[in-house]
Amino acid sequence: MAAVTADQKTQKTFGTAETTDADLVAAFDATVAADERIEPRDWMPDAYRATLIRQMAQHAHSEIIGMQPEANWITRAPSLRRKAILMAKVQDEAGHGLYLYSAAETLGASRDELLDKLHAGRQRYSSIFNYPTLTWADVGAIGWLVDGAAITNQVPLCRCSYGPYARAMVRICKEESFHQRQGYELLLALSRGTEAQHAMAQDAVNRWWWPSLMMFGPPDDASSHSEQSMAWKIKRHSNDELRRRFVDICVPQAEALGLELPDPDIRWNEELGRHDFGAIDWSEFQEVLKGNGPCNEQRIAQRRTAHEEGAWVREAAAAYAAKHAPKPSPSSSSAAAPATASARDKPSARTGASARHEEETA
Amino acid sequence: MSAALALGDDALVLSHRLGEWAGHAPVLEEEVALANIALDLLGQARVLLSLVGDEDELAYLREERAFRNLQLVEQPNGDFAHTIARQLYFSVYQHLLYERLAAGDGEFAPLAAKAVKEVAYHRDHAEQWVLRLGDGTEESHRRMQAGLDALWRFTGEMFQPVDGLDGPPSGVDREELRSRWLAAVADVVERATLTLPTGPQSGGWAAGAGRQGLHTEPFGRMIAEMQHLHRSHPGASW
Repeated sequence: MAAVTADQKTQKTFGTAETTDADLVAAFDATVAADERIEPRDWMPDAYRATLIRQMAQHAHSEIIGMQPEANWITRAPSLRRKAILMAKVQDEAGHGLYLYSAAETLGASRDELLDKLHAGRQRYSSIFNYPTLTWADVGAIGWLVDGAAITNQVPLCRCSYGPYARAMVRICKEESFHQRQGYELLLALSRGTEAQHAMAQDAVNRWWWPSLMMFGPPDDASSHSEQSMAWKIKRHSNDELRRRFVDICVPQAEALGLELPDPDIRWNEELGRHDFGAIDWSEFQEVLKGNGPCNEQRIAQRRTAHEEGAWVREAAAAYAAKHAPKPSPSSSSAAAPATASARDKPSARTGASARHEEETA
Repeated sequence: MSAALALGDDALVLSHRLGEWAGHAPVLEEEVALANIALDLLGQARVLLSLVGDEDELAYLREERAFRNLQLVEQPNGDFAHTIARQLYFSVYQHLLYERLAAGDGEFAPLAAKAVKEVAYHRDHAEQWVLRLGDGTEESHRRMQAGLDALWRFTGEMFQPVDGLDGPPSGVDREELRSRWLAAVADVVERATLTLPTGPQSGGWAAGAGRQGLHTEPFGRMIAEMQHLHRSHPGASW
């Protein structure tokens, strides 16, 4: 149905000779106002396109960088069951990165270019991944709090005005909810375990709570992109609104876990029907954003190293694909060089692997 | 020695090595593929070890000398070509072995019947990469050849008999396995424009060393990392 709507819009906007800029803007505004989806071939304001590319790239980068703090514990996971869960989760994150880069590519960006920007420090990823995973309980705290915050942020994105992003979020949110429950269950096992395990869980929650609240971004009065994003229906709720919703969700969950949230000011506000909570240390947030968090350098360095050390592998795949590309028939020898095109194609086993992954996690 | 322990340790240890790639792979699709293979192997290990006893006790509380895996699978990852060479040697072997076990009526037949589908994928993945790296660039050709050469001396161990798997009535014939393995590996290596190594397949090791709990030095460090947390909290459940 979405495709039909898109085609109708395309006809409406491009089908007549007298289409003017004003008509294009009006058609775009009407689509957004009607809560319909903007699709890749539709006209859209340049700033809308740029905002989406920025946001989706940052989202994809967060999935990729976010593999690191958790992968840090794969080789030390304390039981084979937990190890399998963690490996599956890190694999899912790579898959989410792939969905999101693909969605960003529908706007004319390329994955390689976006990765280059990440490596050069010109595009961001979520500030949360600049914190270290110091104990096994951190894996649970990340699942419960970090994935929980991500879901609170991302569920409204399933209704985002840009179709490919909204559809990617539907798939991603399903898997993220699963990870979040597993993280919660991991913490519950620790909380109900030995004294040392309980202490480990509490310490992890103490360290991850405030950074998780910062994942919702700066307070509304200091958020530069919010107003426009809300008008475009990329964003549906303000940073502070989502943050409050998250606190309301976490308070009873912490009680059920038998763990305390490290904020003495959290209390139920009867009048407003929600929890009040303490002030966030925004100076810490600013430092992390500026690159001065505990792991900023390490995260980017590992990503760059993986990319640089993998260059010869990617070159080999491209060279192999070029050598084994179907030869152009004599009649079409003047067509665009097929070797160049196929060198950019991904080798078949790789596509096979990700297709298989999607099947298994669907 | 229990055959389930031998097969389970192979899968457990190779899965662990592949898990070390997470966040370091040359391309995102390989993050997915290597983790996928590692997960398949970990699943196989858990089933096999559970046939012997408690999977976590076996994985986390045995010392180096009690592990029964092939030395091949404990070898460090090295570069991507080294990892792929290890995958080629092992997954061709595992595929042929599991096909044989799945066709028989031994205790491993049901497990092998399920695992053989996963292993066929692992084998295809390894073969495709050997082709790409061997017949890719000059550098990838050189690295792929170096990986095949370096690991060759660990391949002979795969063809040592394992009690409970080999011999009549429905067991594995190791000499048949070896010749089929050699033919399959030689075919891929040739198509990849590479050369099949010619040195001895057991190096300086006693035949079947890993199966007897004689391992190479990097292995102790690997299990120290793997077991550390579990051993630090005796009796805890996770």
